[in-house]
Amino acid sequence: MNNITALIVDDSSVMRKIVERSLRQAGIELKQVLEASNGAEALAAVKENSIDLILCDINMPVMDGLEFIKQLARVDKAKGVPVVMITTEGSEAHVVQALSSGAKGYIRKPFTPDQVKEHVIPVLAAKV
Amino acid sequence: MRSLYPTVAPEETHPEWIPLLELATREVFELMLSSRLTTPASNVAFMVEKPEITAMVGLAGRLCGVLSINCDHKSAALVISKMLGVNPENADPQLSDAMGEIANMVAGNFKNKVAGLGDDCMLSTPTVITGGDYSLHSLGDSVRLEVRLLFDSRPVTVTLQVHS
Repeated sequence: MNNITALIVDDSSVMRKIVERSLRQAGIELKQVLEASNGAEALAAVKENSIDLILCDINMPVMDGLEFIKQLARVDKAKGVPVVMITTEGSEAHVVQALSSGAKGYIRKPFTPDQVKEHVIPVLAAKV
Repeated sequence: MRSLYPTVAPEETHPEWIPLLELATREVFELMLSSRLTTPASNVAFMVEKPEITAMVGLAGRLCGVLSINCDHKSAALVISKMLGVNPENADPQLSDAMGEIANMVAGNFKNKVAGLGDDCMLSTPTVITGGDYSLHSLGDSVRLEVRLLFDSRPVTVTLQVHS
């Protein structure tokens, strides 16, 4: 898992830092970390960059995470880029909705670095 | 006309929610901060200092209310220090963000523990009040559930105000 460019989407800058740290603790070598505070910013980042992995919150202002993954499906450049949701929304309905919209993984907050590793490594391995 | 989401009225608020609220809080501190909250021996510790930081998250849907977390500035700085590995003295710029996120995770974790609530209860974006010289008034009937814990020997209060 080397030279990964990750896009971390969360309206909390503190949470974005925690997610980045968890990725590094999971042994993922990050070439670049891009940050977005909502789905609209994330879509713009996807169009302008070559991204390997997206970690995305659900509850965000402007554009939420579920709307983001729906719109992401229409972006050619994003084809095959795995999205893992990291959110406090832990209900079955949200999980089903996210996975059916194209998310490859779902991590509930609060989480440990091990949980990030457990969900993200297989997703990256499947992409390669 | 029946509501799409039949609400949980205050009189229906079960006492078993208090341990769930406590568990939800403890899990957030343990998983995100690697910190074990302790139970105070008495309420005396909570009378000593005024809460200086109040982080609030609204709940709407089957359960309507507000979850809030109160603590002093030193505790909030320590939260950030443990979350991000920074010096507590440099924590101020991220204090509101971190405390809002803690409240968000406690609220989300709590609702996921109450059977049947997860799908029909939405959370608001967190609001954080700094300063302790204020009064909070709820306009409407409500029931208040409160959990008092110690974080690094300093008081942290988690309150769930359930509206009708």
